[in-house]
Amino acid sequence: MVDSIFIGLSVITIGSAILSLESRELLYGGIALAVSMLGIAGYFIILDAPFVAMFQIAVYVGAVAVLIIFTVMLVRAPNTITKKETRKRKIAGILLGLAFLILAGSILGNSAATQLKFNDTVPIFDVQAIGKELLTYYSPVLLVLALTLAAAVIGALALARREDIEERNEPTN
Amino acid sequence: MALWPWHAERILRKEMNQPTDFLYIAVILISIGIYGLVVKRNALRLIFSIELIANAVNLVLIAFSRMLPSPQGQVFVLFSIAISAAEVAVGLGIIIIAYRFYKDIDITEYKNLKN
Repeated sequence: MVDSIFIGLSVITIGSAILSLESRELLYGGIALAVSMLGIAGYFIILDAPFVAMFQIAVYVGAVAVLIIFTVMLVRAPNTITKKETRKRKIAGILLGLAFLILAGSILGNSAATQLKFNDTVPIFDVQAIGKELLTYYSPVLLVLALTLAAAVIGALALARREDIEERNEPTN
Repeated sequence: MALWPWHAERILRKEMNQPTDFLYIAVILISIGIYGLVVKRNALRLIFSIELIANAVNLVLIAFSRMLPSPQGQVFVLFSIAISAAEVAVGLGIIIIAYRFYKDIDITEYKNLKN
């Protein structure tokens, strides 16, 4: 049995996930993706992980969705629905998605995972516990992650750099 | 010590949601992502699909972290979110230069990525 908050979050998350792929306008698709990520953050809140939910909202809705929306505005795609998406490809995609859904769903329904229960007597992990893990056992991972993020951002900047403008500014020989 | 004032008591109530409910939601999200990766030929929609799948994996990690219980699941989700943010930054950079070359973001138009 699930409660009403869970059903509402499921409708929001899955509905806007479908809408982000199927909306005619790419900009609305990006906004629907942000709403879907907000729904995932809601799941994190009802799973007693409010710090991760805040992180999800800050990173996904605050950074990734805005980056995607800016890219959509920058590339100005004239036709979002192309002729390459034929009916045959669409049917194949729906069949593949349904096959995975039925397979994984039936495995999940018949496995021992249905006996798992949430425990009410456990302590809630707050920012203190997560910060202790991050700064003691996982501190090398944190350092490597910082280097990875810096390298990714510098790489993205170097990729998106326009060389023709610089050549015009510099006097040639 | 609670993070927010209304978070003083547990939000998840007994006999209501079980771990499998969250796993089913994650499975549905992954199958939507697979459908998008197969059908869509728009490069930005492919990034949407990848993000949906990454979010479903995060949901599974948090559900098991609540069930076990262990804070390491939440730490893994923090790392996973940061890595997918880096991945989106690089992917969008690649899409922008591909658009500059081909004037299109349809991946069937990308005949050669060599020049």
